[in-house]
This record gives sequence, structure tokens and C-alpha cells, in this order.
Amino acid sequence: MISVQHVTTSYGRTVVVDDVSLTIADGGVTALVGPNGAGKSTLLKVIARLLQADAGVVTVADLDVARTAPEVLARRLAVLAQDTQVPVRLTVRDLVTFGRFPHTRGRPTAEDHALVEEAMAHLDITDLADRYLDEISGGQRQRAFIAMVFAQDTDHLLLDEPLNNLDMRHGAQLMQIVRDAADRRGTSIVLVVHDINAASVFADHIIALKDGRVVTQGPPQEVMVEDVLESVFDVPVRVVEVDGYRHAIHLSGRLARPRTG
Amino acid sequence: MRTELAVVPTARTSSANRAPERRGVRGRTTLTILGALTAAVVAVFLFTDLTGNTAFILERRLTTVATMVVVATAIAICTVLFHAITGNQILTPSVMGFDSLFVLLQTVAAITIGVRWMTATGPVLGFAIETAVMLVVTLPAARWLLLGGRRSIEVVVLIGVVAGGLFRSVGMFLQRIMDPTQFIVLQDRFFARFTGTEPALIATGAVVVALGVVWVVRHHAALDVMALGVPVATTLGVDHRRLSTAALTVVIVLVSTSTALVGPTTFLGLLVAHLAYRAAGTHRHAVTVPAATLVAVITLVGGQLVLERVLGFSGSLSIVVEFAGGLVFLLLFLRRGAR
Ligand SMILES: Nc1ncnc2c1ncn2[C@@H]1O[C@H](COP(=O)(O)OP(=O)(O)OP(=O)(O)O)[C@@H](O)[C@H]1O
Ligand SMILES: [Mg+2]
Repeated sequence: MISVQHVTTSYGRTVVVDDVSLTIADGGVTALVGPNGAGKSTLLKVIARLLQADAGVVTVADLDVARTAPEVLARRLAVLAQDTQVPVRLTVRDLVTFGRFPHTRGRPTAEDHALVEEAMAHLDITDLADRYLDEISGGQRQRAFIAMVFAQDTDHLLLDEPLNNLDMRHGAQLMQIVRDAADRRGTSIVLVVHDINAASVFADHIIALKDGRVVTQGPPQEVMVEDVLESVFDVPVRVVEVDGYRHAIHLSGRLARPRTG
Repeated sequence: MRTELAVVPTARTSSANRAPERRGVRGRTTLTILGALTAAVVAVFLFTDLTGNTAFILERRLTTVATMVVVATAIAICTVLFHAITGNQILTPSVMGFDSLFVLLQTVAAITIGVRWMTATGPVLGFAIETAVMLVVTLPAARWLLLGGRRSIEVVVLIGVVAGGLFRSVGMFLQRIMDPTQFIVLQDRFFARFTGTEPALIATGAVVVALGVVWVVRHHAALDVMALGVPVATTLGVDHRRLSTAALTVVIVLVSTSTALVGPTTFLGLLVAHLAYRAAGTHRHAVTVPAATLVAVITLVGGQLVLERVLGFSGSLSIVVEFAGGLVFLLLFLRRGAR
């Protein structure tokens, strides 16, 4: 379980996450949605202890993230940050192997290497294993970082815009991996997505953030409602149902066109 | 907790058992070759051209080699750790003016405490005090500059170059107004010289450097993770701030050691670290630190050998090494700009 209680975070004087409280149950996929600058990444960073909150408490698996030893937390929580970069020149396999570090402290066994190869296979990057990170495409790099996170094999996962840069097939594959981790392994996964329809289809729970506050949350049927989405994103939308799933179509493109006829 | 990740078209069950062996192979090969080269260079330096008073010459040469090995190890560890701490490979402690600061401290110590007291207490106590002062002065400043926030490398280099220049100028000014007899005692310390170091100081340096080696051996895997930068290191369970502060402490002590032994060297570390990175082809400290050490020994002993016995010069090794290292620095900086 991930619990966020009265968390406030600011950059300088600007409050970016404003007294947010949330509970994320074990074993499900939670999608964090909201406009650019809503505070999604900031909230995720606070949960991931990459940023210190001004106030409030975050616990992951009952461990207070601000007080728990980093090596203990790293075995329970893995994180994909938005725009991750590493200053070292690494091959894909080297990077993914680092995912095992919290468990091995630098002495990977045959079993660890097998897990690394498996994570790369799932992300479809086995062919790239010996290539350097600065010599592959953005989407391939994104998949390498996701493979590292999965190789960490934790029961809590935070993914900031994991679908970034991924083509349709690899996006679908990733969603399947995420779903599977939640369903079969009981992993709790929180991810930030901009594709609200993806969230609607494969998340169990959607949390909408705006101006640093939670404006609405619930199962997809409750959040995927025209008024709700319009108030979150400030664009006119229409919600349609396809095969029992709700999809939002936003109409701003239509507004931008001069009316004809 | 560890059930299989099975789902998704499993793209051909992979090279799980092949991978671990292939890793490491190149690193080990590099270290073996460098080790052999080092042994060869040292052997040639020690045992060729032995005419006259053999015992005396050998002893002098052994002292030189010992100094060079201690200094090479100190400089290699400092530079590679510094690269891991700062997340870039252009900065070195010397480029940042650490050596110049140490020389300045020595000068100030000589003026305030007096050369006579310093010579009376022996070089070891002086070294210990100077290193302690160096730590107290440098550690907070370096933490502020390097770990404080996101400063661009350009700014950090600029601050380092300006600070280094300032330390040097102030040091030179003080040396100028100093009593000439004091100056003569200190003179040796202001320019890198690899011969004629005090044996007691070499022994002390060797002990300090050995402690540094032990620290690196114990932390090399965590250092690999630290080098990935704050966010990734944190999520992998490494306390970046704590480890980099500890690493900075090691760096400052080792810079002090090498400066106390042979004087300031600005670009030697950069030169050997980059040669080692090239040769090793890996980021792993278990390989890069020993590789840089061996390259440094080869550079110093080999350089001394060529200068002294092939070309017949003496005492100008540091100038040649600095020239080569300076070129590397310029190349790295220009290549960064071009990207
Ligand atoms: N390092 C920073 N310094 C100052 N302000 C920042 C910093 N990072 C983010 N902000 C500001 O904080 C607010 C929230 O940023 P955050 O990155 O959390 O948004 P987000 O919801 O993840 O947006 P996006 O969808 O664009 O990723 C924004 O207004 C942003 O400008
Ligand atoms: Mg974001």
C-alpha cells in the first residue's frame, strides 16, 4: 500500500503539490492524470523520495519514505522518473543489471543475470543488449529504463509517463506487462499517463490532479465523464463507449477550425 | 514475491548464461596487459644502466619508483572518484585548484608556524596537520559547489579555474615576501618533482593511500551506482549524498598526500583517467580505478625513464606530463562544445 498524507511541496514559493492525501491499495494499476504542470511528476518524486516534501508523510508498504534506509526501500519500490538520464556511458545490459543492485549490492548471481535477460526480453530489447544507451532511439532507451525498473522486482512501482516515445505495439506490450504484474504478482503500480483513453482501458483507478490538488478520483467509469474531464483539462470533450470501455474524444481541434457552412 | 514475468511474446529465450562471462572479460584483459606493461617498465627503470655504486643507485631508483607508485595510486583514485561524484569526466580535483590550495596552506603554515618548527617536528606531523586543515577548508566548499544544486559544468570549471588561480597567486605573493631561507626550504614543494622525496613521508603516504585503496575496494559497486546520478542512485538504494561526501573526503586526503609528496600536478590525473577509460571500455570502478593507477605508474616511471636515460634530461618530467594532460583537457572541452 502507498499512503500519502497531507503532502505539500513547493519550488521556492510556488506551491506545486497542495495538501494531497491519497491511498493506493495493493495490487492494482492506478493512473495519475492531469494537465501539464499539474504536479504529477512532483507528487511521484515525493513518493519516490527524490524530493523532500515541505509537509506530510508518505509511506510505502508501511515504511516512511523519508526515514527508511534507502537500501531497504529500494527492495520494495522501483521508480521510472520522467526524462531519466545517466551521465555514464552504459550498454543496455549494464543498465538493466543495475536493477538488481538493491538485492545483490553489486554481486549478481546467475539467477540475477537470468532475471535481467528476462526483463530485456519482455521489453523486446534483447537484440540491443550490447548497444550503448546513447546509440539507440528514444523509445528503445525508454524501454531499457523500464526493463531496469522491472528487473528491480519490487512490489511497488512508480512509472512517470512510461508510454512516452513508445510506438503503438510497444505501448500495448508495456500496458500488458503492467497489467500482468498487477494481476499475477500483486504489484501496486502508479503511473502517469497523458493518454486518458489508455488509462480508461487498463487502469483500475484514476486520480486526476490539477493545480497541485486531487480534483477527482475513482474507477474509470466514474472519472471518464464529460463534465469531470472538461473541468480537469479545460477542453470540451465527448465520451463514447467502445466495447464497454469509455473513450474521450476532445473537440478542441474542431473548435480551432473556422466554422464552415 | 518473485514469480515469473511471463506474458508478451517472449522474444527468443536469451543468452542468460552467456552474458556474465562475456562481461568482465575485456576489463580483465586490459588489467592483465596494463599490469604486464607496468612490471616491464618498472623492471627496465630499476635494472638497466646499472653502473658504479649499484646499491646506492638501486636504492635511489627504488625510492623514486615507490614515490611514483604512491602518487600514481593517489591521483588515479582521486580523479576517477571525482568523475563519479560530479557526473562528468572533465573536472578533476587539480583542475578545481585543490592542489594549489594545499600548496597555499603549506606556505601559510611555514609563515605562521615557521620553517624551523616544521623541520624540527618532521615532515609527517606537518603533513597530518596540513591535511586536516585542508579537509576542514575544502570539504564544505566542495560539497556546496559540487553537491549543492544543479550548476552547469562550465560554471563549476570557471569557479575552479578562478579559485585555483587565486590560490596560486596568493601563494606566490606570500612566497615572494617570505624570508629567503624559508623559501629555500619550501621551494621543493611548489613544483612537481618525483625524485628525492623524504622516505618517512613516502611511508606515510603509502599508508594513507593504502587506506584509500581499501575504501574503494569496499565501495566499488556502490560507486558504480553513485555515478549514475542522484535520481537513479537514490531509487537503487544508494544514499548519494552520504556516499559522495565520503568519496570527497577520500579525494581531498589523497590530493593532499600526492601534493605533499611531489607537489601540484594539474593534468596528470585527467590524462591517466581518460587513457584508462579508453583502454577499459567500462564504467565499473573495479576496473577503471586499477587501470588508471597502472596507466599512471607507466606514465610516470616510463616518462622518467625516457627523459632521464634516453634523452638525458633530468627533472622536467612534470612539464611533459602536464603538457600532454593539458592537451587532453582542451580536447575534451572542445569536443563537449562541438556536441
Ligand atoms: N525543478 C523545478 N523548479 C521549479 N519549478 C518546477 C520544477 N519542476 C517542476 N516545476 C513546476 O512545478 C509544477 C509542477 O510540475 P510537474 O513536473 O510536477 O508537472 P506534471 O504534472 O508532471 O506535468 P507534465 O505533464 O508536463 O509532466 C509546474 O508548474 C512546473 O513548472
Ligand atoms: Mg511530469
